[in-house]
Amino acid sequence: MPSSGERIEVRKTYKLYIGGAFPRSESGRSYEVHDSKGRFLANAAQASRKDARDADVAARKAFGGWSAKTAYNRGQVVYRVAELLEGRRIQFVDEVQRGEGLSRRQAERVVDLSVDRLVWYAGWADKVAQVVGSANPVAGPYFNFSLPEPTGAVAMVAPEDSSLLGLVSVLAPAVVTGNTVVVVTSYSRPLPAITLSEVLATSDVPGGVVNMLTGSAAEIAPWLASHMDVNAIDLTGVEDAELARALEESAAQNLKRVRRPGPVDWAAEPGIDRLASFLETKTVWHPIGI
Amino acid sequence: MTALLPDVAEVTSSDASLRRFLHGLPGVDQVGAEARAAELATRSIKTTAKEFAIDLAITMVDLTTLEGQDTPGKVRALSAKAMRPDPADPTCPAVAAVCIYPDMVGVAKQTLGESGVRVASVATAFPSGRAAREIKLADTRNAVAAGADEIDMVIDRGAFLSGRYLEVYEEILAVREACARPDGSEAHLKVIFETGELQTFDNIRRISWLAMMAGAHFIKTSTGKVQPAATMPGTLVMLEAVRDFRDVTGTMVGVKPAGGIRASKEAIRYLVMVNEIAGADWLDPAWFRFGASTLLNDLLMQRTKMKTGHYTGPDYFTLD
Repeated sequence: MPSSGERIEVRKTYKLYIGGAFPRSESGRSYEVHDSKGRFLANAAQASRKDARDADVAARKAFGGWSAKTAYNRGQVVYRVAELLEGRRIQFVDEVQRGEGLSRRQAERVVDLSVDRLVWYAGWADKVAQVVGSANPVAGPYFNFSLPEPTGAVAMVAPEDSSLLGLVSVLAPAVVTGNTVVVVTSYSRPLPAITLSEVLATSDVPGGVVNMLTGSAAEIAPWLASHMDVNAIDLTGVEDAELARALEESAAQNLKRVRRPGPVDWAAEPGIDRLASFLETKTVWHPIGI
Repeated sequence: MTALLPDVAEVTSSDASLRRFLHGLPGVDQVGAEARAAELATRSIKTTAKEFAIDLAITMVDLTTLEGQDTPGKVRALSAKAMRPDPADPTCPAVAAVCIYPDMVGVAKQTLGESGVRVASVATAFPSGRAAREIKLADTRNAVAAGADEIDMVIDRGAFLSGRYLEVYEEILAVREACARPDGSEAHLKVIFETGELQTFDNIRRISWLAMMAGAHFIKTSTGKVQPAATMPGTLVMLEAVRDFRDVTGTMVGVKPAGGIRASKEAIRYLVMVNEIAGADWLDPAWFRFGASTLLNDLLMQRTKMKTGHYTGPDYFTLD
């Protein structure tokens, strides 16, 4: 131990989050992340198409188990994520403040909203079916039900500017309804996403349910959009209209469900629109008991 | 290795002389074999080389189902897949063979017809090999009579591990005889060592020579029922053995790793090893096979990825 009291600086290595593990990019690349004033913050891993492929394999593998959990249980798990995020709020406030160039107070507000958003969506887990599902009237001795089911493995391009609140707001509704996701995080502000991954890894979210790729959406998203084993793609964070159009076209190949980008006020109450985005309706006939 | 051509008759005249010969084979450098296999696994095979390797690997697959729950329906479905692995792409080659239990040979033969895909049947009380010699031979004759083109026999590991080498040798000879058909032709004989039970690389080298001297057409690593199944270093020792055997006798013997090879990447590593250790002559379905079931789908997915430029998923290939 040095007696002077001077410590060696311990810097954090920001890596990807795939299948519950934190690997570096398969490509070995990384890129510099700067704060809002252009000062160096950290190096982040720059994901490649093969990382995206691996992430999708992990998401697909996790889908069976996650979608089979009861909605009530998924709600509890997402609530647990909110608990742990709350426990690390100082770190998140720090990263959001530096990354997004907010005041301390504003950053605290963003973290508060993010925790509340998780709690809000956690509560919806076992209620969304009552709202978007239905018991349909039919002319015969049958019950006829329409039930929402998760779409599957969902690729998401997270918002570029709102690196925590925006991310949580696109992530939570897809996950709580039983989907597994591959998220391409904000390129310029990726750090809160990786710290959120650490929260997810230590909460009760099974590995592979959420996978985070830091890197360029323009590079990775086309591979996810054309991937035949991805069931839906959320283009919320795609700012380039040309790219969004191209992604939507490639997504048509296997009839992926597509959510188009558009302006969003992340601080406003979101409504259940995003919950319904990645649900498929299954309608079943059931004979009335004898 | 510089073993001189053994006088097979003399070597196999007694248990003692066979033991002297087998134990006189140079020992395998275990660390060296593992390092060599690991080194060969790092070769980068991309683009056109990868396309070539994937198509070659598909033609080398012995598409296998060896389950107690196999039904005629499943064997028919598997046989159909063997002939046309990718129904969406007529340029996709057929696999080498289907590998099944003896009672399913007739079903497979009926489906495969004259397609050129061969029927390989396991025999000799597969997978344990724990039965009387007459039963093993009857098992083999039965499969051959039903139309099997290839017989995958298991050696008596108990006899081998307790040093009764001559017994193992004679059993392989007897099974080879049982592979004969009335018209004078014979079914090809693959000899399964179950390397996962043989403990050492020295044992793998010894059994390889023993089986080749007894007239095996193919030497095969494992049944797939014991872990570990095929490993790169274990297969490397066998590839060295077939290379050396051809050097001293002029007879070429094939190699079949089986069990545990599930990804295209692994299959390509094996092909690199075949080329580097045994030589390019073995890069042919007549001389090298993969015993596998899930490997084929991964090869097809990789093939589709290379042809279409986008990733595909298991939803688009059959479950088997």
